[in-house]
Amino acid sequence: MPLDWAYVAVFALVGAGMAALPLGLVWLLAPRSQYPQKRVAYESGIIPFGEAWSQFHVRYYLFGLAFLLFDIEVIYMYPWAVVLRELGGFAFVEMLIFLGVLGVGLAYAWGKGALEWV
Amino acid sequence: MNAEALAFYTLAAMVLAGGGLVVLSRNLVHAAVSLVPTLLGVAGLYVLLHAEFVTAIQILIYVGAITVLILFVILLTEGATGLRVRQRNEQVPLAFVVCGALVLLLWGVLLRVPWGPPAGPMPAYNPGAVGRSFLLPYVLAFEVISLVILASLVGAIVIARREE
Amino acid sequence: MGVGGLFGALWQVELVRMVVLAAVVFTFLAVGGPLFLVLAERKISAWIQARVGPKHVGPHGLLQTVADTLKLLYKENIAPYRADVVLFSVAPILVAVAALLDWVVIPFAPGWVVRDLNVGVVYFAAVSSLTVIGILAGGWASNNKYSLLGGLRSAAQMVSYELPLGFSLILVATITGSLSTVRIVEAQPYPAYLYPSVVVAAVVFLVAATAEANRIPFDLPEAEAELVAGYFSEYTPMRFALFQLGEYGSLLASSALFTTLFLGGWKGPFQLPGAGPVVNGLVWFVLKTYAVVFFLMWVRWTYPRFRIDQLLGLSWKVLLPVSMVNLLVAGLLMVVVR
Repeated sequence: MPLDWAYVAVFALVGAGMAALPLGLVWLLAPRSQYPQKRVAYESGIIPFGEAWSQFHVRYYLFGLAFLLFDIEVIYMYPWAVVLRELGGFAFVEMLIFLGVLGVGLAYAWGKGALEWV
Repeated sequence: MNAEALAFYTLAAMVLAGGGLVVLSRNLVHAAVSLVPTLLGVAGLYVLLHAEFVTAIQILIYVGAITVLILFVILLTEGATGLRVRQRNEQVPLAFVVCGALVLLLWGVLLRVPWGPPAGPMPAYNPGAVGRSFLLPYVLAFEVISLVILASLVGAIVIARREE
Repeated sequence: MGVGGLFGALWQVELVRMVVLAAVVFTFLAVGGPLFLVLAERKISAWIQARVGPKHVGPHGLLQTVADTLKLLYKENIAPYRADVVLFSVAPILVAVAALLDWVVIPFAPGWVVRDLNVGVVYFAAVSSLTVIGILAGGWASNNKYSLLGGLRSAAQMVSYELPLGFSLILVATITGSLSTVRIVEAQPYPAYLYPSVVVAAVVFLVAATAEANRIPFDLPEAEAELVAGYFSEYTPMRFALFQLGEYGSLLASSALFTTLFLGGWKGPFQLPGAGPVVNGLVWFVLKTYAVVFFLMWVRWTYPRFRIDQLLGLSWKVLLPVSMVNLLVAGLLMVVVR
């Protein structure tokens, strides 16, 4: 079984190498010229003002956190899914409770407007 | 050195190098992105323990969700991005003392534990075995997890709404 | 466990096999596939809009994307002022590699799969989620307001749609009792009483996969009218091409996974005359996968773009509750029928 993941590691390394190869070719082949306007960020043609790395709205964080919590829920369901048929009604009731509690969570987030993009 | 040891040392080096970058980077976004090799290295260590399901979960949750969340947090903190944050303050001596104590404690544990190959065959850590343990012996813990997640969700919403 | 224990007795052979397989998969699926898909997209969009499309390079314009790619080799890589050069360079590679890693668990024909992981579908979800980091890092590193906004939108969208996607995977796993893609194909066709649930899960999967690939009607992260080109606004040719490889590569991989989970993978409605099991499987697999790709392109050139509040609402308020209920209904049916 570690062999399976050795394949994954080799794929990642070979893939990164093959993705970097054209970048190397560009470095070798492409003509280069330097003038200051070239490296100005393109912001609809006007000269960039202010700081691009500025503060962003908290709503991204709310969605990120809600995602994380539901993602944790999802990973607990994978092992459940595999054995549902084997264990039958008992497993189903357990997941009904589990999902019920999280359904309450979703309803709460919905009701509080945490799922609104305002 | 056999292949398993080679894999272990490579992964451990990856984890430590990534962790070092996380701590030492003066740029918060760099620190957050350096978590990616660290967490992937830990996923690799789970592979060596034959815990395949935990490996996939480690990538899915820690790399795919928690790192993204940390990046969101950095980007919405005023003035934290693109900034060179100072890494030292007056607490450095205290930190050395605490870390030294921790190292001594871990060293003590390391010497006491009877390390050796596990007795008997490796237990099967496939998703089915994990599912059976959740639903039969650890069912209470399993259900409590849903309450913990619910509490975190409610807490996050309450805090975020207050800040607005 | 010695070298032999981890890699088998002939570990050098195994290592060569890994590298060769990785190179072959990368060339044909992660590069060749997207090149063909870009051409197909241009031809299909032209056909839908009653135009001709690319026609000058090669017969019927077939070599257009190859020529475009070669042209990119002669374009300079530029990073904007005060960009974070390290992250700016690494981000596109990460996205391209994530799309390549998807292919490890896709079964093309009986016995034709790179590795049949025990946790195949979870693995697919996990490596797909690496793309989000690449896009967010690339958008931030560009030091451009549009790029950062595009990256953030893209991340918010992709993580939101990962959840309904996960629920579709779980539904398939409950039916087949396995997370291995090969076992899932072997378990099909699914029992008839579960068809309604499977159809709901398939539709959810398709919508979520479209959103994961940042395609119309979910292409807000690169909405040209508002954000220039989104997270890759500042990217110059070859690095931009790597992002495109990642995007089209994951589109192709998602279509392949849809085929595997819901359309029976390599199994065809009938055996092709005179073809062995592998050829037969490959032909059906490719046909089905490209049918899904065609469908997604058809959608892209037919529908307008969602607003961001509608987009996130669709995921959290429609797809997520629907998949939860769908899963419970299917679970109940399975328990009762058993």
